[in-house]
Amino acid sequence: MKFSLSWLTEYIPVEISAAELSDRLTMAGLEVDSISDRYEYLDTVITGRIVESKPHPDAESLKLCVVDIGGEKLEIVCGAPNAEIGMVTACAIPGTVFPDGRVLEKAVVRNRASNGMLCSEYELGIGSASSGILSLNSDIAPGEKVAKVLELSDTVFEVDLTPNRPDCLGIIGIAREVAAIQSGPLRYPEKTDAGSGSAVFDYTSVSIQDPDLCPRYCARVVLDVTMGSSPFWLQDRLLSVGLRPINNLVDITNFVMMETGQPLHAFDFDKLADNRIVVRAAEKGESFTTLDGKERKLSSGMLMICDAEKPVALAGVMGGFNSEISEETRSVLIESACFNPASVRKTSKSLGLYTDASYRFERGVDPDGTVAALNRAAVLMQEITGGRLVEGVIDEHPGPAEIKTIPLSVKNTNRLLGTDLDQKSMADHLKSIEFSVEERGDDLLAVTVPSFRVDVSRHEDLVEEVARLSGYNSIPTTFPLIPSDTRLPSRRLVIRNEIKNLLLGYGFSEAINYSFINRSACEQLRLGMDDPRRNMLEILNPLSEEQSVMRTSLIPGLIGTMHRNVSMQIKTLRLFEIGKIFFNTGKDKLPREVENLACIWTGKRNEFSWHDKGVDCDFYDIKGVAEGLFKALRVEKVKFTSLPAESCCYLKPGHSAGIYAGEEIIGVVGEIHPEAAANFDLKQPVSILDLDLDLLIPLIPEEKTSKPLPKFPSVSRDITMIVDRDIEAQSIIEHLESVNENILEKVQLFDVYEGKPVPEGKKSLSLRLIYRSPEKTLEDEFVNSIHNRISGTVLTAFNAKLP
Amino acid sequence: MENTVEQIRDEALAELEGVSEVAGIKDLSVKYLGRKGLVSLFLRNISSLPKEERPEAGNNANKVKNLLEKRFEETRVRLESGAADSGSGIDVSLPGRPSSSGVLHPISQINNQITDIFARLGFDIAEGPEVETDYYNFEALNFPKNHPARDMQDTFFISDDIVLRTHTSPLQIRIMEKEHPPIRVIMPGRVYRCDSDLTHTPMFHQVEGLVVDKDVSFSDLKGILTTLVHQIFDEEISLRFRPSFFPFTEPSAEVDILCVICRGKGCRVCSQTGWLEVLGSGMVHPAVFENVDYDTSRISGFAFGMGVERIAMLKYGIDDLRKFFENDFRFLGQF
Repeated sequence: MKFSLSWLTEYIPVEISAAELSDRLTMAGLEVDSISDRYEYLDTVITGRIVESKPHPDAESLKLCVVDIGGEKLEIVCGAPNAEIGMVTACAIPGTVFPDGRVLEKAVVRNRASNGMLCSEYELGIGSASSGILSLNSDIAPGEKVAKVLELSDTVFEVDLTPNRPDCLGIIGIAREVAAIQSGPLRYPEKTDAGSGSAVFDYTSVSIQDPDLCPRYCARVVLDVTMGSSPFWLQDRLLSVGLRPINNLVDITNFVMMETGQPLHAFDFDKLADNRIVVRAAEKGESFTTLDGKERKLSSGMLMICDAEKPVALAGVMGGFNSEISEETRSVLIESACFNPASVRKTSKSLGLYTDASYRFERGVDPDGTVAALNRAAVLMQEITGGRLVEGVIDEHPGPAEIKTIPLSVKNTNRLLGTDLDQKSMADHLKSIEFSVEERGDDLLAVTVPSFRVDVSRHEDLVEEVARLSGYNSIPTTFPLIPSDTRLPSRRLVIRNEIKNLLLGYGFSEAINYSFINRSACEQLRLGMDDPRRNMLEILNPLSEEQSVMRTSLIPGLIGTMHRNVSMQIKTLRLFEIGKIFFNTGKDKLPREVENLACIWTGKRNEFSWHDKGVDCDFYDIKGVAEGLFKALRVEKVKFTSLPAESCCYLKPGHSAGIYAGEEIIGVVGEIHPEAAANFDLKQPVSILDLDLDLLIPLIPEEKTSKPLPKFPSVSRDITMIVDRDIEAQSIIEHLESVNENILEKVQLFDVYEGKPVPEGKKSLSLRLIYRSPEKTLEDEFVNSIHNRISGTVLTAFNAKLP
Repeated sequence: MENTVEQIRDEALAELEGVSEVAGIKDLSVKYLGRKGLVSLFLRNISSLPKEERPEAGNNANKVKNLLEKRFEETRVRLESGAADSGSGIDVSLPGRPSSSGVLHPISQINNQITDIFARLGFDIAEGPEVETDYYNFEALNFPKNHPARDMQDTFFISDDIVLRTHTSPLQIRIMEKEHPPIRVIMPGRVYRCDSDLTHTPMFHQVEGLVVDKDVSFSDLKGILTTLVHQIFDEEISLRFRPSFFPFTEPSAEVDILCVICRGKGCRVCSQTGWLEVLGSGMVHPAVFENVDYDTSRISGFAFGMGVERIAMLKYGIDDLRKFFENDFRFLGQF
């Protein structure tokens, strides 16, 4: 909402500076977004003295002028009859934007260059004279800013109104707030002729068929109007708030809307069939051409203003092409109505048609302000257009708004605010914005809410009015006592932070990616056709295809991030993300949200340095990260098992593993599939860990218990064996661990070797078996005998040989 | 026996005198104390001595062995120290082997800071779904259907009734449905709005707070938020509360803080106003309490919410919101 200081002062003398006014309004809840100088556009219009003037050789009515603009002389072609040598006038420099939107450019007029424009008052938007260029006192030096010379000054405020304050969508509403700030006095425009007669009923009628959507419809008729341009004062008002004058009839309706907040519409009365108005809901399939010339498909339920035969306006949104004011208009019907806010909003939203009127109606206009606004416009039309105002007002009012009287408890108000305000000051604050207040006993105020405050309906609304008018900053600041029965943070939160800290320690940095991705990620990830991750939640109104579905995997986002970094030449990178993924569970149902962890490692194993010749990261690097996490979190009994090719998706078969807790897969780890890498345009090694945190968290033991430390030393024996290449080392270790021998404490793999002299298709594994007894120091012979026995069973079980 | 053990000892000590390098000690150790060394051989030969001489010889030999071990070690330490003190070393200017450590995303860092502050103030921390029903995201929070208040938050729709949550406020409802006052909880999380430009990203983070109890007042709200701002920034940063509108609070307040960049003098960041808008807040609207069957005559409450990115930008001097989600390591690595 824009208003100008000059217009505001029509209703209230402003005693404070613009800056202070802006601050005080902001602190009263009307946030001033910007303050600007209304005549800023005149910055490039300067005084110029005509030093030469001769007739244009190719055009009789034009003159070639040389204009001194202070130091510089411009050649300008001018058509004004009053332009003469010695005259000081207003000279616009190319680049000037005129109030009507035109931008001045250097031009060639009939073969002669024109490097500026000598302007009339009217062209500059500062007066009505348009027949000649502005003539200034000839004492004035050239090169001054015209706005300064003429002492033109006005300040324009832009207020960012919250949706609850439609009462301030008219300048009178703003003035009312200013009056409260300054403690009065507000001057309403003079109450005009209420039009008490009844002649209007001879001319027209209004019938409301849908009173729920139109609780009030008022109309007046003005005959014998002359359409033309508005007088300067009216244009000036509109220009001051950034509205362009159109013609006197339209300008008047806009003026009254800006003044009162009540949108009005003027119909060409003669184009209304049977000269009457019917307010009804649209029927399905109807279509309608609005005055912007566009045809609109109506849906049933949209409220229409009709004449005896056809729709003539979209109620509260826009008038119709068929009844628009035009040069031929002789008589006008002015509408001033009150429509159901939700209905106007629905109509305007579904048509994508937002107007100054719909903006106000959907927030709620003053139901008791319709008549006053109508009369104001009607009288202006009579004065300005020379029309004849038909006596009487049509006021169909099927749904009068109830008068709200709300009891306000002084005690409760103070309790809620933490203040110590007395009854009288609360009453005074409310009275200052035209609430009527009656004191009832020591504690209660009976507060009657003025009709324009459609937002105030309950006790707390009044508390807010009291609070904002007494000033939020006068409310004390207190520090509540903190109870001691507070709770610990949830296990999930603690674990999530622990995991993050572990990963930071492993050299991984955290990324946060958008939760929405491109659906094509399914193909990029090589997901199977029945992969649950294809079951994506689709956004109906995405910003782009790239962000059109909710992610079912953290991997695409993380790869995207990695890709961006690699293209910035950061080629070795360890990143992780913890976040939700979303599985569609059916239409109109909330999705299943699952918290995941993904890590991605690309480039080299170690940072680039003189110590390291740069080995690429691989499967075992990322697996080590997973193992490190599980160990630190004390998760036991997870197994890494080779994934069958068909369930590898984006991972490389033979270089990837499923992470199992019992029968359940809780994640995968591995190197990226070459095809997936190509799909994401990756040209360097990438290893990935993808883990379901919802499944991992329950595996983490909640308690920690201490065990006694061993009292006796351990003894170790090594065994090296040659086995088939395909045998998984893990199976040998598990076999050893399952041997029922209680002094075998631990099995460690310490060497794996393929190649000569190990035969083709075989590999050599070296294992260290650690033995310890809780009761005594073990003797060599005893350990040897057990070690030999265990070794023997393993060799047999895996068809292994000693080297 | 060719030599007595004493002779071996004297020879060894004499030789030791002449040693000037650590390597020489090693040689001597092998020559005298090694498995085939002279002392070892002597010890081994003791068995060939007459029985009555054996204990003394053994005793002497062990004494010599111990003595030599001691002397060799003393000399080695002396020589090594001497070499270290005078000799040349390695190039210590060469970088060490890198120990890598990652960085937490700046949003998480600020999030942690905020949640830590509130944890100290006795608040619980709660999280909830990011995809919400219209009821929790709007209706229960007193945003009626077809109300312009809904325009305050550009919404991503999954269906007519399912939305990406536009704020963390739906959790207020979910928590109050489950629990009874007293409630003091903060709710950090991702939220989504259909908007993208220099100052908006379609996803961002909020921390919501809710306190419900007997006699909770607006002045308490001011106190809690003052503590928060002072702990995030510093004690010099004053707060300004001004009336605003949120459907689920009444009275509602926007909270401005003194511009942390210019300290109120006016700069580009605060658009010359000296103030920065960082929090929305207010007393919980009675309609919201009614929706969760709380008795408004007995309890009151306040709620507040802030954008984590906004705080991070101010705290770290970040000028472009989008940087948070580009995850450029050159950016992340700065925090």
